[in-house]
Amino acid sequence: MSITNPATGKAFRWLVMLLLSAIGGWLAYVMLVLSRSPAGLGDQVAAQLNTTGVGNPVTAVLLNFRGYDTLLEMAVLLIALLGVWSLGGLADYQDTAPGPTLDTLSRVLAPMLIMVAAYLLWVGADAPGGAFQAGSVLGAAGVLLQLAGWRLGDCFSGMLLRVVLISGLGLFILVGAGLLLIGGAFLQYPPALAGGLILLIETAATLTIGATLAALFLGNRPGLGPKKADPEKTEPDHGNQHP
Amino acid sequence: MLHWAFDGLLGTGLLWLAWRALTTPDLFKAIVLFFSFGLLMALAWVRLNAPDVALAEAAIGAGLTGALLLAALARLDTSNQPANPVTGDGESDLVDH
Repeated sequence: MSITNPATGKAFRWLVMLLLSAIGGWLAYVMLVLSRSPAGLGDQVAAQLNTTGVGNPVTAVLLNFRGYDTLLEMAVLLIALLGVWSLGGLADYQDTAPGPTLDTLSRVLAPMLIMVAAYLLWVGADAPGGAFQAGSVLGAAGVLLQLAGWRLGDCFSGMLLRVVLISGLGLFILVGAGLLLIGGAFLQYPPALAGGLILLIETAATLTIGATLAALFLGNRPGLGPKKADPEKTEPDHGNQHP
Repeated sequence: MLHWAFDGLLGTGLLWLAWRALTTPDLFKAIVLFFSFGLLMALAWVRLNAPDVALAEAAIGAGLTGALLLAALARLDTSNQPANPVTGDGESDLVDH
């Protein structure tokens, strides 16, 4: 909203300040009251940890106990990208030749970032890490490559890119639906399969998050590529290919 | 004792960086301040024994959000130039809201 009259503007500011102080005071009061009660579900998580298929309680909560939340987060990410794409008509970045430093550095760093992403994904089962961290590192590799003047080839930027972009959410839903079919509840993994299923979902999620973040940085909707593009001969990890 | 000093410094630094990032009129400077805020925030999460959140904050909060903001800023500059080529009028507009 825009306020043109200065007197109204001042009164409005005071009102906002008053409201904010009230909310701040209320939050402080609530925090003081809450701190007395025993906090958290940590004990319950620890008690059930051996049925989740992973050793890291955070991953257990994110992918198993509250898998539904993570599923919706993936959907939010996809919707954000669709929103950016629907803006349309953004100016492309100019194709500037990178300096020798950036060029060399990006060639060294990009494979390393991809390895770090894979490590974070793998280690997430038992230690801090996981799909979102790994995906954002992968996305950072994509951003770095774009800054260094690298562009996704035409044969990758069409259907293949879109398949990668939805694979995280799609696989998540497919696994959930599959579990529903074999008689469980939605996303309720059988303990014997839980570890493998979570790793499968996280791998797809990592690729999707990385591709989504890099595509968000690019901004424009990449074209569907040349007509004769053959999606079968390409590999899904498009992030590690130099021109 | 050292912990208290470090935590106090961290908390004060966070508040100060947040204030500067919100009030500085230069958008580029604000983004750089936001980067630094994210990095210090990741440290704060480490101090709170939440390494998972710290990793996510460092990678997403500091790294990629900053990169996205910079990308948006670059687009703002290019889309502003044809509209008002003489004055930087549009920029003060952006800062005020």
